[in-house]
Amino acid sequence: MTDATARGANGFRYIGRRRRAVEHRRFVLGQGRYAADLRLPGMLHVALVASPHAHARIVAIDVAAAAALPGVEAVLTGEELQQQVDPMLPGVDAPKVARYPLARGVVRYCGEWVVAVVAATRAQAEDAAELVRVEYEPLAHAGDAASAMREDAVLVHPEHGSNVIFQRKFRWGEVDAHFAAAARQLSYRVRWGRSSTVPIETFGVTCAWNDADGLLDVWASIQMPKYPDQLARCLRLPGNAVRVHYDIDVGGSYGVKRGLKHTVLVGYLARRLGRPVRLLEDRLENMRGGDMQGPDRQFDVTLAFDDDGTIRSMRMRAIDDIGAYSGRAPLQLGKPVGAIVGPYRIASVEYEAIAVLTHKTPQEAVRGFGQSPTNYAIERGMDKVARALGMDPVELRRRNLIGADEFPYLIPSGTTYDSGDYEVVMDKALRAASYDELLRERDALRSSGLLAGVGLSTCLEPSGGNSSFEPLFNARNETTTWMDSCLVRIDLGATVTALIGTSSSGQAHETLVSTVVGEVLLREPDSIRVLHADSLNALPSNSPVGSRMAIMLGGAAAGAAKKLRAKLLAMGAYRLGAQVDAVDYVDGAVVLRADASCRVSWEQLVDIAHRKHHELPPGMEPGLQEKFVWEVPTGGSLPDADGRVQMYPCHSFESHVVLASIDPLTGKVSLLRYVVGHDCGVMISPDVVHGMTYGGVAHAVGASLMEKFAFSDEGQLLSGTFMDYLLPSAEEVPAIAIVDHCTPSPLTEFGQKGSGEAGYLGGPAAIANAVNDALAVRGAAIDSLPMTPQAVWRALREAANHEGTTA
Amino acid sequence: MPSCVTIRMTVNGKAVERTVEPRQTLVDFLRDELGLTGTHVGCEHGVCGACSVLLDGQPVRSCCMFAVQADGLQVTTVEGLAPARGRLSTLQDAFCEAHALQCGYCTPGMLVACHALLERNPHPGEAQIREAIGGNLCRCTGYQQIVDAVKLASSQELCHD
Ligand code: FES
Ligand code: FES
Repeated sequence: MTDATARGANGFRYIGRRRRAVEHRRFVLGQGRYAADLRLPGMLHVALVASPHAHARIVAIDVAAAAALPGVEAVLTGEELQQQVDPMLPGVDAPKVARYPLARGVVRYCGEWVVAVVAATRAQAEDAAELVRVEYEPLAHAGDAASAMREDAVLVHPEHGSNVIFQRKFRWGEVDAHFAAAARQLSYRVRWGRSSTVPIETFGVTCAWNDADGLLDVWASIQMPKYPDQLARCLRLPGNAVRVHYDIDVGGSYGVKRGLKHTVLVGYLARRLGRPVRLLEDRLENMRGGDMQGPDRQFDVTLAFDDDGTIRSMRMRAIDDIGAYSGRAPLQLGKPVGAIVGPYRIASVEYEAIAVLTHKTPQEAVRGFGQSPTNYAIERGMDKVARALGMDPVELRRRNLIGADEFPYLIPSGTTYDSGDYEVVMDKALRAASYDELLRERDALRSSGLLAGVGLSTCLEPSGGNSSFEPLFNARNETTTWMDSCLVRIDLGATVTALIGTSSSGQAHETLVSTVVGEVLLREPDSIRVLHADSLNALPSNSPVGSRMAIMLGGAAAGAAKKLRAKLLAMGAYRLGAQVDAVDYVDGAVVLRADASCRVSWEQLVDIAHRKHHELPPGMEPGLQEKFVWEVPTGGSLPDADGRVQMYPCHSFESHVVLASIDPLTGKVSLLRYVVGHDCGVMISPDVVHGMTYGGVAHAVGASLMEKFAFSDEGQLLSGTFMDYLLPSAEEVPAIAIVDHCTPSPLTEFGQKGSGEAGYLGGPAAIANAVNDALAVRGAAIDSLPMTPQAVWRALREAANHEGTTA
Repeated sequence: MPSCVTIRMTVNGKAVERTVEPRQTLVDFLRDELGLTGTHVGCEHGVCGACSVLLDGQPVRSCCMFAVQADGLQVTTVEGLAPARGRLSTLQDAFCEAHALQCGYCTPGMLVACHALLERNPHPGEAQIREAIGGNLCRCTGYQQIVDAVKLASSQELCHD
């Protein structure tokens, strides 16, 4: 049995120790509290009528038959709604690209909501929705970025004047000179396919309006910064008339659970009808009109390098098809600016980011916020350079990785990487994978007639989510902080409660906060309760995005607990008649350093604070309650004129090693070995970090091999169910080995960095490199994700045909 | 209005009787009529397994059948897996211990699938575990810690008391 008060090898008592997540108990008992579990008296249900066309004029809407059905309480069109609410923000400076929950006059993608029907039951609402008649005049549409960028393109938002909603070319450093000086250049194009995080829970929201209080209550499966504020703004309500309840368990998000449009709709209906109203997406609505598809990106890259493998400079152009409306999507081209050179010593970069509107489902924030596609683009280049030079990809990386002694390291685009030991992490992964043996295994598979390949990636996970891409991509937005906060109190019974201002979607924040508060106050974490407050009684939070909560919420919780500890110390010193610097804080008690028998116990301190004002130091507030709002470390400054900016504060690192085989007859890829070397600094909850990394790898398997929102030539979504949008199961995801490494961040409370996007940021790159290593034997290559069996098979056939014609 | 039907079944050991619309799915019946919200809905078309329950001991997808089809049968949901109030089954305990969940949304279905596996094969190997949960999608865990949890549970005696 370990001594509960002993410190571990890492110097902490609770941080980094194995501990059961406190959230698990309710989940395994079926007692989670998800959005769909909420039942309010008199609650009404929404069903939606969606556009069957990618682009059409709405000629007429006939709702008479629907409205006449029993149980139907309202049938709402965009005509009414758009007059009563304000549009949602487009993320960049494009005010004419107006986005509302319901279309009016024109539909811009297949699945766009046109009419909402409200009825006593969901079944009645759906029955009525089927009776709504909408007459459309179909119009020509822009189905992809290339056609949308043509001179004569059909415009998605004619008022905006162009389908390009954002375009900027950045130049950081002496790009031309470095290109001129380099011995060689290599240009390539890679494509990241449209996929998403696709949580198993769809989005759901319930709103209730209280006439007497003038207050809108909101329960939603939400993971979105500034959600209450934006909601109030759209509904034209004062900020303090919207109360979002964050004690709803969110059934997975990984970025996408941002149902602002859903909530604007439901909030409006709840207020208009004076009854609670609920909207739960069904799966098709979620996939098609839930506006949660991810980046859909084409990269054109040129690398300048020397014969010894030194990469000198990079030119990258990224075109992202963001779909029919804009929200966070264009900004997903902005975050990668903060890690645009990956983990490499590349001295200069030209980066052109182009976000294009098309007649497709809008794009939402996806795990990594655009970084994983960029990592994939860089890492494919590393392998191509290695191949061009006939150099081992490991060796090429070795020559270019930023060295452990070079931190803090300033990259050309203005971000300073905090710390790292990239080569060691890569070596750990290679060793764990028995790299040489892996190559022999690959060769053995090859000689047995299979196609086999080994892939490697070395990638960054920027973490601690600041929002510096907002001012970078929109000069009118001067956001330079993305604080998070925590309130900790000790009650009269001497137990500790912490309050946080966000919902959780699987990140175990209750575990994180109780561990951190326990560490600072030296109280058993399992005795500490953590509550998710609501948006009016809690503190500012920017939600668990950008791999930020270990850093930001952990930092805020530690800050609040430290304020409490300081107060306890002051109280104890006063009671002992000593100076504060003459006492120590020992497991909750305050002890005179010179004489340990002179002590004020935890219970006594609590009693003094709550009851014995006469024993409190003069002028001190009674009670034990402290809040702390933490600013993102390194935050606070705007980009310079060239677009140089400190993006995120911390930089986790991962190196993946993969052995893949391909069945040449079917094109199906199997992942035979999978190792991840991972460094996210000090881990607060190792099981949680590992869990997210495993999950990130599984998501990477999906994005690189299986998942795609495919559209027909007419703009119809072809993969709107789980039968055609394929999520990896336990049979596709291989056993994964994780090797940890710890380079503490100098910027954070305990040396922690973020890890919520781990696995996903280096996975697609490594899998793509492994598949291409396998295909290379046949002279084939594939630079488009997902590498489905059909796509791989086609690449093989093309190579065979090519060989046939050149032989 | 479709005419309603009266059905009787045993849910987590308790006899229930309700009058339902024939088109009501079993999962909606469990959640909306009985308030057993532990069983989740992920796709409503039989792929994700979030809605898995035991029907006469066999795992089924409660989104793909009507409540009336369970008339006269025994249904066990995640709420019925624990041996007693305030206790966890060995498998539930192992899920907590091995961190086999994150958001918890797939968890009830996973537990049902793994429970059924261990009932028929108390000591499954890795491949058998992966096959048994192959029809249950989890987006959080990458399955690794779920496999670990099932191994952990199978290394202990399953207690049903
Ligand atoms: S909800 Fe039943 S299988 Fe997905
Ligand atoms: S734990 Fe979140 S889907 Fe499985």
